[in-house]
Amino acid sequence: MKKVRVGAGQGFYGDTLDGALANAKYGNLDYLAFDSLAELTMAILTKDKRKDENLGYVKDLPMTMKKLLPFVKDNGLKLLTNGGGINPIAARDKVIEVAQSLGYEGLKVAVVTGDDLLPRLDDLLAKNIELTDLETDEEFSTVQEKIMFANAYIGAQPIVKALREGADVVITGRTTDTAQFLAPLIYEYGWKENDWDKLASGIFMGHLLECSAQSTGGNFSGGWKDIEGFDEMGYPIAEVEESGDFIITKVEERGGLVSVDTVRQQTLYEIHDPSAYITPDVIVDLTALTIEQVKPNVVQIKGVKGKPKPDSLKAVMGYHNGYMSQVMVGYSWPKALEKAQKANEIIRSQIEKSGQKYEEIRTDYLGYNSLHGSLATEPNEDINEIYLRMAVKSDDKRKASGFVRFFPPIALNGPPSLGGFVGNTPPRELIGMWSTLIPREIIENYVTTEVHEVKING
Amino acid sequence: MDKVKLVDIAQARSGDKGNNVDLGLFAPDKKTYDLLTTQVTAEKVKEHFKDLVKGEVIRYELPNILALKFVCKQALDGGGSTSLRVDTLGKTYSSNLLRLEVDMNQ
Repeated sequence: MKKVRVGAGQGFYGDTLDGALANAKYGNLDYLAFDSLAELTMAILTKDKRKDENLGYVKDLPMTMKKLLPFVKDNGLKLLTNGGGINPIAARDKVIEVAQSLGYEGLKVAVVTGDDLLPRLDDLLAKNIELTDLETDEEFSTVQEKIMFANAYIGAQPIVKALREGADVVITGRTTDTAQFLAPLIYEYGWKENDWDKLASGIFMGHLLECSAQSTGGNFSGGWKDIEGFDEMGYPIAEVEESGDFIITKVEERGGLVSVDTVRQQTLYEIHDPSAYITPDVIVDLTALTIEQVKPNVVQIKGVKGKPKPDSLKAVMGYHNGYMSQVMVGYSWPKALEKAQKANEIIRSQIEKSGQKYEEIRTDYLGYNSLHGSLATEPNEDINEIYLRMAVKSDDKRKASGFVRFFPPIALNGPPSLGGFVGNTPPRELIGMWSTLIPREIIENYVTTEVHEVKING
Repeated sequence: MDKVKLVDIAQARSGDKGNNVDLGLFAPDKKTYDLLTTQVTAEKVKEHFKDLVKGEVIRYELPNILALKFVCKQALDGGGSTSLRVDTLGKTYSSNLLRLEVDMNQ
């Protein structure tokens, strides 16, 4: 019986390439798929492109291709990535360049475009698409002038088209996290656009793979101490049948654990309603899902159900939302927390006396409550050290950057035994996120797939 | 002494979606799942996180995988790329939920 093997490449921009390489080398894969984008990543790539028009894709793409294209050439592996970010054309050109440098004539590199809505916003408003925020119902006019990027989440079909045209590598922009994983299955098995249960199963498979080691024991809230090989985690691999049912496993050569618990934890991650996980290709229902351990490091997934795809697609925009600046400074035993609290008081008083106004001033105590807030239990007097962390927000970059100058004097003017001053970093631009729904045909009419064959000149 | 913290009987994972936090709570067996379903209500989670979550908390039940799912709205002071918090991505909501106490005799 035919089975399709899909491996996880990277779970985010900045992830190690080692898991992908091990999957390519030992995983007996047909496809290796990368989800490189998150809301935050789009913001980072936007900043890159503002500095250089030729950037805006994930910068590790050339290195990724250099290391993985040999598997494409020699083993017929196919690579799919949304790492084109906000500049998929430039990313495609870069991949072609790498292929040329390796002498891979005839390699087919596809690019999917049409998710970028930034040039079309006025046109959309003119068509009476209001772009109202999905979560807050706020009107678009409140952020319109500050928009930095705007992308629609598109599904698997344009990637399927690329595969049908013989693509070895498919580069996309803001296709969904799971689209890269579903597309090969639609292509291999000829699943129809209304095979809802199968499509849903393919999406769920992608969901389990798109965060890399989070299905294989990473970030595991259970017996995490018993997980072996954190320093060389194996990334998940799915072997999918025509019915849509699949197993999740990993290569033996790398660490981690594939168990009902490790897979179950990833199941509910970031999907909102588990009876209606909305994607452009299908709405996924996990209420009849079963997860069963069939062998060590192999779990069987069955029972994923699907419902018809939505009439609208989600778009996410980022808007400029001011600047933040932060400082950290440590205090030692005895009475470390009291000292840090006193320093907070001093800084706030000095800010007030200086007349400097910030939109927000935030105080956290690292070692006490910086992660759990008011739910953290107060440390006793004996605690060895506490770091005061203060952060401010301002519309004005200079004001934000001026914040750090309040700190150096307290080394001599404030409570005793201070060390570890961290505050010499420039202010960070804050980017607000704006989500909205747009009728799908308005997006899809603009989506194109283009396949380019690598030629070697001379 | 029949009160226990969730950390002793369950597992959790959380992450961001815009300004919302998605939280999964996982039971080891049916008995524990039933106990969690009865006691870890959306209202109780909202009360637990009252200083961190500004919007509503919605709960979904998944008896098939012995899990409860909570969506906490307006839980990150604006979301990952605009919040001044230290944990801007909501990854520690999971361990913070495990501080919640349940009564084993109820």
